[in-house]
Amino acid sequence: MSNEIKKSGPSLEKSLTGIAGLDEITNGGLPKGRSTLVCGAAGCGKTVLAMQFLVNGAIEYNETGVFMAFEETETELAQNFDSLGFDLEELVKQKKLVLEHIHLERSEIEETGEYDLEGLFVRLAYAIDTIGAQRVVMDTIESLFSGLQNESILRAEIRRLFRWLKDRGITSIVTGEKGEKSLTRMGIEEYISDCVIVLDNRINDFIATRRLRILKYRGSAHGGNEYPFLLDEQGLSVQPITSIGLQHSASTERVSSGIPALDKMLGGQGYYRGSSILVSGTAGVGKSTIAAYFAYAACMRGERCCYFSMEESAAQIIRNMKSIGLDFTPLVEKGLLIIHPARPSVFGLEMHLVTMQKMIDAYKPQVVVLDPITNLVSVGSMIEVRSMLTRLIDWLKVEQITSLYTSLTVQGSAAANTEVGISSLMDTWLLLRDIESNGERNRGLYVLKSRGMSHSNQIREFLVTDRGVKLIDAYLGTGGVLTGTSRLIQEEKDKTEAAALQQELMQRQRELECKREALEAQINSLKGKFAAEELELQRVMSQCQEIEQAKQLGKERIARSRNTDSE
Amino acid sequence: MKTLTNPELDVSPVRGDTEHRVEWELRLYVAGQTPKCVAAFSNLKLICEEHLKGQYRIELIDLLENPQLGRGDQILAIPTLVRKLPTPIKKIIGDLSNTERVLVGLDLRPVKSGL
Repeated sequence: MSNEIKKSGPSLEKSLTGIAGLDEITNGGLPKGRSTLVCGAAGCGKTVLAMQFLVNGAIEYNETGVFMAFEETETELAQNFDSLGFDLEELVKQKKLVLEHIHLERSEIEETGEYDLEGLFVRLAYAIDTIGAQRVVMDTIESLFSGLQNESILRAEIRRLFRWLKDRGITSIVTGEKGEKSLTRMGIEEYISDCVIVLDNRINDFIATRRLRILKYRGSAHGGNEYPFLLDEQGLSVQPITSIGLQHSASTERVSSGIPALDKMLGGQGYYRGSSILVSGTAGVGKSTIAAYFAYAACMRGERCCYFSMEESAAQIIRNMKSIGLDFTPLVEKGLLIIHPARPSVFGLEMHLVTMQKMIDAYKPQVVVLDPITNLVSVGSMIEVRSMLTRLIDWLKVEQITSLYTSLTVQGSAAANTEVGISSLMDTWLLLRDIESNGERNRGLYVLKSRGMSHSNQIREFLVTDRGVKLIDAYLGTGGVLTGTSRLIQEEKDKTEAAALQQELMQRQRELECKREALEAQINSLKGKFAAEELELQRVMSQCQEIEQAKQLGKERIARSRNTDSE
Repeated sequence: MKTLTNPELDVSPVRGDTEHRVEWELRLYVAGQTPKCVAAFSNLKLICEEHLKGQYRIELIDLLENPQLGRGDQILAIPTLVRKLPTPIKKIIGDLSNTERVLVGLDLRPVKSGL
């Protein structure tokens, strides 16, 4: 024997199933020209998987197929698969598919002596030859054991059948019901050694999750985990997102958080595109509001947004967000916003993941909001939630979808403690906390971390008003961080102090003015006095002059009179 | 045990006496001339001659020649004997070597414990 083939090379040809995800985990499909056993308990999707293999082969890969049904008639099959959107009758008409019902009823059959199953071979060969089939399904061959008694003949014939199929180069799926000790009830896995797929529908805490596992795949690498899968109106789809590694690209493009002040705290531009954002906080601090703003901003940019709500109905979200000034109704009408409400307990964790992935695949949003993730813990353990979110986040990053998650912190516990499980997966972590003091509760917001950008280290007060959200610098004083009324009081106090100072200044100014006025008045009165004195002096001076003149006049008159006598 | 004297297959579809009313319509499905098929045919002939003389007709169908006929009677095992008439349809598989069981299967002999 040669060494194990590490990569699926040309040595092992594969046959694509066309089932979403299954071809990925099998590295290209089922082994071509060989038989694959699909086993599992009743109702876990064996027949659907097998039929999808044939239908996809016929429609997409131009490989015709034969479906040997041991349990259902042709009409029943056609009816059952009609609900999955498979028109089997049309395919039969186009000679791409042959449905062959094998009817076996023990009570109708008497066994006498030696026989073989050549009849089955002949019928199978005939069916294969009529359409040149490359694919065959036998669902489920173990029914032979309930219809016929001679087990040793059956085992020999089943072994011969697989050999025969292999010799003809036919890719086949054989289904088998789960047994108690072995994979299948009759242990037919011992005849099929190339590829074994196990389907499972497990119920944990009342919640069922379908899982698929490649138990063995000889000669090919394959995913070894249990992959959850969906069985819905589009058939079966496997979600192999455990296999995604850390290979996603990192965008430098920034997207707004919808709150300008918050953008400013995040290096001025908001989040990175394709990053993951966690908004955590205690109840009622406005986590959903931040999420809604983000969604709103995305839609306003013309991007599409998927809002997965785990707590509120779509109508409730729309109403609540309208109260803070965000009108989601036109966005929903335009198809930019899809609100998908789902209680976590409606189905298992993996199912949530698969549903989300499927919706995101179909809708191709640029922004995804999950509100809140903490509720998921009710359907799985913390480890499971973490594993699921890791896969979701990784996948969203690969798709370059920006995702925002809200998380409820239990009051009283350390803010950062409960999120440890998931916070390391997040690129940006906003922490909302309420600050209780002086008989009231206020909201504070700060950026706990934000990878790859300089971000504010400040606590901002987060106000939700009917006109939207406001971020206010919290009052940082000697008494610590003050918010709400205390902040207002402090601000008022500051204002009064400032006003008082202002008043004093004005008072002083006025006083000075008065003094100057008084001084000026004094100067004026002195000036007046001086002027009066000057006037008086002038008057006296002129009086003196007059007296002098009068004196002179008198002297002249006297002289004149004396002159007369003496002359 | 009687020895079989006519082991080769005669593929003419109608056997038995035709002057009598045919009440038993039997169909034997074979695939080629394998020993099992040959044995089944001769065993059947013996049983019919002994118990249904003049009232039976055997149709021999070789699926290798007419593979499409296997579907109608839901043939899986080879050889298979199908009692088409009288109704209800009965199937007996194997080389018919156990005469007792063949007779029970054909309702020619009641099951000892029953009835």
